[in-house]
Amino acid sequence: VSFLVFSEDRELAFQLLGKARELADETGSEVSALVAGSEPQEYVRQGADRVYTVDGLAGFSVEPYGAAVVEAVKAANPSTVFIGATKRGKELAPRVASALGVGCMNECSGVELEDGAVVVERLTYGGSTVAREKSASTPTVMSFPPRCFEKLEPTERSGEVVELKVDLPEPRVTVVERREKPKSTADLESASIIVSAGRGFKAQEDLSLLEEVAEILGAQMGCSRPISADLGWMDQWVGISGKKVKPRLYVACGVSGTIQHVAGIRDSQVIVSINNDEGAGIHGISDYSLVGDIYEVLPALAKALRERA
Amino acid sequence: MRQIVLLKDIPDLTEIKLDSQTRAPMVEGVKRRISEVDKRALEAAIRLKEKAGGEVVALSMGDDKTKTALLEALAMGADAAYIVNEPELRDVDTNATSRVLEAAVRHVGEYDLIIAGEMTLDSLSSQIGPRLAQLLDLPQITYVKELDAADGKVRAVRDLEDVDEVVEAPLPAVVCVVREINEPRIPNLMSIMRAKKKPQTVWAAGDIGLDASEVRSLSYVQVTSVTAPKVERKQVRIEADTVEAAAAKLVEALLQEGVI
Repeated sequence: VSFLVFSEDRELAFQLLGKARELADETGSEVSALVAGSEPQEYVRQGADRVYTVDGLAGFSVEPYGAAVVEAVKAANPSTVFIGATKRGKELAPRVASALGVGCMNECSGVELEDGAVVVERLTYGGSTVAREKSASTPTVMSFPPRCFEKLEPTERSGEVVELKVDLPEPRVTVVERREKPKSTADLESASIIVSAGRGFKAQEDLSLLEEVAEILGAQMGCSRPISADLGWMDQWVGISGKKVKPRLYVACGVSGTIQHVAGIRDSQVIVSINNDEGAGIHGISDYSLVGDIYEVLPALAKALRERA
Repeated sequence: MRQIVLLKDIPDLTEIKLDSQTRAPMVEGVKRRISEVDKRALEAAIRLKEKAGGEVVALSMGDDKTKTALLEALAMGADAAYIVNEPELRDVDTNATSRVLEAAVRHVGEYDLIIAGEMTLDSLSSQIGPRLAQLLDLPQITYVKELDAADGKVRAVRDLEDVDEVVEAPLPAVVCVVREINEPRIPNLMSIMRAKKKPQTVWAAGDIGLDASEVRSLSYVQVTSVTAPKVERKQVRIEADTVEAAAAKLVEALLQEGVI
């Protein structure tokens, strides 16, 4: 079991390197990495035995990046290719797999060795189930989203940096314009506390009740799908089709708790549910449930937080 | 303009129940529908057709039930449907599936656009679009939330984590759409009646020049188990005589947990 790691997101690449290093050490094998940016030596400190650099890789585009990963696979000859499952990575992984004619498991949530074979876990059926999957091809491509694994403490290790010559194809898809997204929404996935609104809110201005609690807690505000997709009160939602979050505290307010929403908050450390419907699904998957009207509970909560926290 | 839309009929997720012993989903006998995001890919294609003319062809790899499920696509506005129904290729992985769809696309004939959903909700694999683009040597545009095509070019807005990217590519191309792109139409009774008269072609592997066992040998990924994870949460009910007292109790519990 040997590894090639690539992500255009540096932090994510380091996290994948951390896991690859751990598994390679179990089996006494090697870890290579492909680097799109600068400082290849940093990848050695993060666990790589060999780092490939490719001249001319700039702003992500799937065709040239795919070609570079394919060449790195040919050079390193790994049994397993780890790709960072950003959206860009999720479109890169299967394209690379088809260029190589091999198996691919996209957006896995975990990986382990079982009798010397790599086995991954992935969400399926809309996020309500976990599938265990393995692949018979060499190599096999698999992708993992941010924060599945921890990066290593950087240490001085020996490793080589190899420059790969790749004939990069011109991207046929050209970017005409980039529109930055508002910062607040980009932060949801890395937030440590999230307070979240569901259909229990009757009007957009009532979100001020949630805002007050968010402000005291230093929390980000999130919501369930209908609040964003149907009503447009916030620009993105938490759930399997929206943002998957893993805060240390998730407070669901007036959220019913559909399978899709629950799949997006599964990795939260502590989940609190506030909903006046005793039978709401969200109460069945929370650590602390409070059956009550959010219009009464949230002001009371704000007051209690001010007094105690 | 001729568009091919990739559709998959999957078990209705809202009707899947869990086996109480194994916690495995019971999909046998559950009614199948076109996967939600795929339906929006079809809606996007129909809207382009309404604007620019041409034809929309639905393409699916399925089984004996797929013909019925695709009637909905024909009722929505697809002009014809092609289904690869090959018993030897049930449950093959995405590598093999994309090879089958590649062969099928070549047999459907000339096209300008191939449109798919960013993922089907059963497998959540997000692979078929990019794999097909690679196999057919086409540009791929994923995570599309706005789409337009004219004068031999496709123009799209991609919904990425940090930016919305406005992109252009020459036709033909592969486009994968996200759920936010549109609300799919609900066909009326007339369209449903008319759908039954539209052509549906069913192919076995041999009909599109494939050797089923050869394709089967290209299926590498195996699903060894599927279960619903047990919820391991504390499940503490916060109760008190007044809302104020309940809120105070909750805050106390969260302080104990060390999360605030």
